[in-house]
Amino acid sequence: MKENEVPQDKGSLESSNFKELCYAVNDKGEYTTASSSGWTPKTIALNNAIQEINERVEEAKIRVINNETSPIEYYMELHKMDIGILASYVGLWQWRVKRHLKPKVFCKLSQKMLQKYADVFEITIDQLNRIEHGN
Amino acid sequence: MEINFTHHQSAHCENGVVSNLMKHNGYNVSEPMVFGIGSGLLFCYIPFLKVNHAPALTYRAMPGFIFKRFAKRVGIKIKREKFKSSQNAKTRLDENLNKNNPVGLQVGVYNLVYFPDEYRFHFNAHNLVVYGKKEDTYLISDPVMETVTTLTEKELEKVRFAKGAFAPKGHMYYPIDFPKELTIEKAIIKGIKQTCRDMLAPVPVVGVKGIRFVASLIRKWPKKKGTKVANHYLGQVVRMQEEIGTGGGGFRYIYAAFLQEAGKLLKNDKLTELSVEMTLIGDSWRDFALDASRIYKNRSAKEDAYNNIALQLETIANREEIFFKKLRKAI
Repeated sequence: MKENEVPQDKGSLESSNFKELCYAVNDKGEYTTASSSGWTPKTIALNNAIQEINERVEEAKIRVINNETSPIEYYMELHKMDIGILASYVGLWQWRVKRHLKPKVFCKLSQKMLQKYADVFEITIDQLNRIEHGN
Repeated sequence: MEINFTHHQSAHCENGVVSNLMKHNGYNVSEPMVFGIGSGLLFCYIPFLKVNHAPALTYRAMPGFIFKRFAKRVGIKIKREKFKSSQNAKTRLDENLNKNNPVGLQVGVYNLVYFPDEYRFHFNAHNLVVYGKKEDTYLISDPVMETVTTLTEKELEKVRFAKGAFAPKGHMYYPIDFPKELTIEKAIIKGIKQTCRDMLAPVPVVGVKGIRFVASLIRKWPKKKGTKVANHYLGQVVRMQEEIGTGGGGFRYIYAAFLQEAGKLLKNDKLTELSVEMTLIGDSWRDFALDASRIYKNRSAKEDAYNNIALQLETIANREEIFFKKLRKAI
């Protein structure tokens, strides 16, 4: 990549004024560094990934409303987590977290356990029980 | 207190932290030098592991390895500490800052508040330097940011004790002992040798063979997984390559910069020539990303298109195989 080829596309980073450093070759063939404001293929990949997450969150929301899963799953997706990550944050085995995703089991969870989840998601127990929060 | 620490932006966090810490201690070591000596370049497909619900592959050495190898090869000693309790972690950090010693930290990205929201995924192998503290705010030099920034005590504790794969557990590291003179020349040769060995390793998922392996997977995706999943997977490949630590193309350019610098230092013209070739390979990686992005942008999955980019990847694999064989002979 030549120095003048360093991409300056409009990226998702531009809003936050964030520039990346790239290594590129100058006219004399020597390596130097240059700032890049973004590159379209990257931006598309990132936007797709974010859209994917939003879809997962929406699906989870519908499943919670239909009483097919517990709000924990909704908040888990909202925080871009999977079962493994969530389990290590609450400090439980994965199978226990999976079990807590069942609405029936979720209803019977102790206040202490609910508080654990609420702390991880940085919400109150009340908000954990309802799902409108966090949009 | 504030330590007199100069912040330099870098393309990749780990190299940047090492290079910045070395510069602070009076050794002018560039980012590509750290990357090359630490054998940072790699390609590895990680079977059985999923990241963001898509297959995981990496274009770099395991987190922490670059610094470890660099330190060993140039003859510096580093001290590493991990903690069970966040209180101890904080006390040790403050002690070091009081001794005027800036330290490197491994942190999770998800709760890093100064990062743009879109970039905050559960990725735990980011590195930064803490160079001071004012009241309850830590002064942070994050090598991928243009300028220095800050984090409060609470924010820093959160990122130091992020959970999940590669959980940092408060991991803190800093150099403690330097030799009279760094053995850079020998270190360069060791670093190059290892990169050649890794990239030509007779393991199906590593190095050149790993690239071919992924190419064969890409061919199968549209039929096996359906359009949507195939596109998601492909997007992940590109994100791993270009975004999460500048991967494929970017790392090839850093490596080319390293070879150029090494060629001058060792007075070896072959390395300089190979640097030019590596730059061209880096360009091909970027072309691959560009073509792949066209596929998932249109959200279509013509098998043709998938075969096409798989072929591109195989061509890159062939070129890298020839390249690393030449590089092995050049030193």
